[in-house]
Amino acid sequence: MNYEPVIGLEIHAELLTVSKNFCACSANFGQEPNTSVCPVCLGLPGVLPVLNKKAVEYSLRTAVSLDCRIPSRSIFARKNYFYPDMPKDYQISQYEQPLAVCGHLKIMVGGRERDIAIERVHLEEDTGKLFHEIPGSSDSASWIDFNRAGIPLLEIVTEPELRSGKEAKLFMAKLRQILTYIGVCDGNMEEGSLRCDANVSLRRVGEQTLGTKTEVKNVNSFRFLQRALEYEIDRQRKVLEEGGRVVQETRLWDAAAGVTQPMRSKEEAHDYRYFPEPDLVPLVVEESWAAGIKAALPELPDQKRERFVERYQLPDYDAGILTSTRELADYFESCLQFYPQAKTVSNWILGELLRELKGSAAGVGACPVPPQNLAGLLRLIANGVISGKIGKAVFQEMYERGLSAETIIQKRGLTQITDTADLTIIVDRVIADNPEPAAAYRAGSERTFGFLVGQVMKASRGRANPKLTNQILRERLKQK
Amino acid sequence: MEQTPKLTVADVEYVANLARLSLTDEEKQSLTEELARILAYIEKLNQLDTAEIPPTSHVLSLSNVLREDKVAPSLRREVALENAPQAEAELFKVPKIIE
Repeated sequence: MNYEPVIGLEIHAELLTVSKNFCACSANFGQEPNTSVCPVCLGLPGVLPVLNKKAVEYSLRTAVSLDCRIPSRSIFARKNYFYPDMPKDYQISQYEQPLAVCGHLKIMVGGRERDIAIERVHLEEDTGKLFHEIPGSSDSASWIDFNRAGIPLLEIVTEPELRSGKEAKLFMAKLRQILTYIGVCDGNMEEGSLRCDANVSLRRVGEQTLGTKTEVKNVNSFRFLQRALEYEIDRQRKVLEEGGRVVQETRLWDAAAGVTQPMRSKEEAHDYRYFPEPDLVPLVVEESWAAGIKAALPELPDQKRERFVERYQLPDYDAGILTSTRELADYFESCLQFYPQAKTVSNWILGELLRELKGSAAGVGACPVPPQNLAGLLRLIANGVISGKIGKAVFQEMYERGLSAETIIQKRGLTQITDTADLTIIVDRVIADNPEPAAAYRAGSERTFGFLVGQVMKASRGRANPKLTNQILRERLKQK
Repeated sequence: MEQTPKLTVADVEYVANLARLSLTDEEKQSLTEELARILAYIEKLNQLDTAEIPPTSHVLSLSNVLREDKVAPSLRREVALENAPQAEAELFKVPKIIE
């Protein structure tokens, strides 16, 4: 029996506002526990939440980037539930009349374009952080830090149109790229500022009705999202093939064990009793507001990629990598201001720079080789001051020590030997030291010429100008 | 014409559970009757034709009450934790919520 996986994602993105969604507490990550709390986000009686304008603008920015329809009017709702991560015992969210609907996002899957529909985008608030054990206490209890409670959270819900763990991963990666490009979310999945829950079910190929789904939670990286879904799809397939039924439940991904497991909680039917939030008046988004946001939108990844291909005549592969983050694309374009050879700059970024950056979370923005330094190095190579090979070694040192290419080359005497007299001395010595290959060359063996060039390079510690070396070597070999 | 909506003890128990109320059998009985009467009263609204009236989400005719994204001082932690039934290690402490 052939089964088809059906996957829908619910993504939560913490917005990069400086204050919380409904109060003026700081929304910064990593503060001392319970120091960024106030009567509003602690749910004390008699307080009034007031919506953060920036959070609305960031939400709209996301909505237009995802090509959503933005209804003129949206309202907030209370989602009621008893769980101590929210001190009010409800979360302010949106239910009916969300901020944006009917968007879509294109992803490339194995060279084929897939257009994934987005059901809705709505603005809500994050919850507090729970701890189920703390150092120095053996009590059976839970502990809460409410710093995160009330931070603006954007929920993005896709239609169930993804068909594999890989597609889900690609979708998340693309969405993360957009959110970071437009500067609304830092996209950090490990720290939880970007989170993803997946609804997954199987149905027989060709069938239209959906099978029973499970909700997979606790995936904090793209890799885990793909693996968790692949595991869950496999698990459901086995259940169905053995004639069993999939139980509708929430399952947590256990990264260490590589499995999903039913969430251990007193599972009850959820009944959130949504109703309009009486403390917040409706949000009206006039067309002019949305149009203004759209006009001010930075260039999105796909547009930038196309521009790089057209304007700089780069291969699509190069353009794709260079535009993978806005930071890297900006770095590339800054380099071009100092050294306008796009393909050469691209080669060095894709090869040398990205190799050095690997494993460095700081990224290219904090890179010890600023654009003008990379450009400076490339100019030295182009002008024949050093060879490309030495350039690579110089680059490595530039990266390690944060120095300019000129400084390193001067300090270490790496300047290319372009003086004919100096080079002739080295060439003559190499010929003298290698009588047999020299004789073989004279007898017509072109292959040995390459060997002799290598020897000159070795003797000069790579500093010999290759073109001049060839020329002098041929002349000197002819003469003897 | 008034019609009493059907309301059972099970309905009351369900709602009470959602609100984390524990009720005695007597209270469940009396509340079932009271709630039924309240619902019957509310039912009167159904006599009106509301087909052309948009749902009211807010009683005030205001929209877009927004604040600028600016940080103001929060409570001091001692003050924030002051009224918590239990606090420990700078955190609010509650009965364990997973098994």
